[in-house]
Amino acid sequence: MSEVLQIGSRSFSSRLLVGTGKYKDLEETRDAIIASGAEIVTVAIRRTNIGQNADEPNLLEFISPDKWTILPNTAGCFNAEDAIRTCMLARELLDGHNLVKLEVLGEQKTLYPNMTHTISAAKTLIEDGFEVMVYCSDDPIFCKELDDMGCVSVMPLASPIGSGLGVVNPHTISIILENSSKPIIVDAGVGTASDAAIAMELGCEGVLMNTAIAKAKDPILMAEAMKDAVISGRKAFLAGRMQKTEYGNASSPTEGLIE
Amino acid sequence: MSAIKFHLNGEIIQKTSGQSLAELASDLELTKKKFAIEMNGEIIPKSLHASTLIEEDAVIEIVHAVGGG
Repeated sequence: MSEVLQIGSRSFSSRLLVGTGKYKDLEETRDAIIASGAEIVTVAIRRTNIGQNADEPNLLEFISPDKWTILPNTAGCFNAEDAIRTCMLARELLDGHNLVKLEVLGEQKTLYPNMTHTISAAKTLIEDGFEVMVYCSDDPIFCKELDDMGCVSVMPLASPIGSGLGVVNPHTISIILENSSKPIIVDAGVGTASDAAIAMELGCEGVLMNTAIAKAKDPILMAEAMKDAVISGRKAFLAGRMQKTEYGNASSPTEGLIE
Repeated sequence: MSAIKFHLNGEIIQKTSGQSLAELASDLELTKKKFAIEMNGEIIPKSLHASTLIEEDAVIEIVHAVGGG
């Protein structure tokens, strides 16, 4: 099965996208990412140390932009202006790399997105030449609007960021998929392998996760599990599942029974 | 040489005047790392770090990539 995931001008073979937050250290981050088989890796943009810990290892020394497609995020931004500024700094930092993950949060407690600011920031970024993968609510109308605007991937949440609750509303994800012309990638909320498989079986083009791997007891093993789950879920989607029936339906012949 | 004061990542810093952004990055041991500099709300491209001098009361932000989801 040699399918390609096309995101804007770039193509990928892995459908699992992973974050780099919450790991014990940078060695574990790198090992988990290698085990996951992910090609797209998210990072956050923050102030550097000034003086203190000047020789602290840098994330990009472990996760090289030559080997992975780095996807800078705008996590921690609560308005369009901050998110746009972060994307511009990321583009300068990564030598003109224009692929970004836009997320504009609405509140600290649920980390649900502020969709008004998300749409406004997406518009400005697209006009400025960015390829925008956008974290958004699982609302079919907003998702369609972001798709129509020219975001290269629309990424509705499965459930709140870091919650591990899985795909809480598969019906809305299905409606979003029906209306989409760009890859729909479930972003946030996946807790374990079956959650990732469910998202893929619904027809999502990929799954983005961080905490589910980083906060597993064995992150490397969970990274492998997620890789397998995404591949299995995709295969099951392409294979097309059997119809559900309410009653039993024997698998063995009902004729020729020994009397 | 006279001294100037500026803001760097939220802290007030004093240096001798006439220092460029490239010299500041070098002092912070950032030269071999990936980073971006914004001064007074404007991103200063890498190609201009050597020729851009730090101004009195400048507000400078230097960012890099860290773990995130």
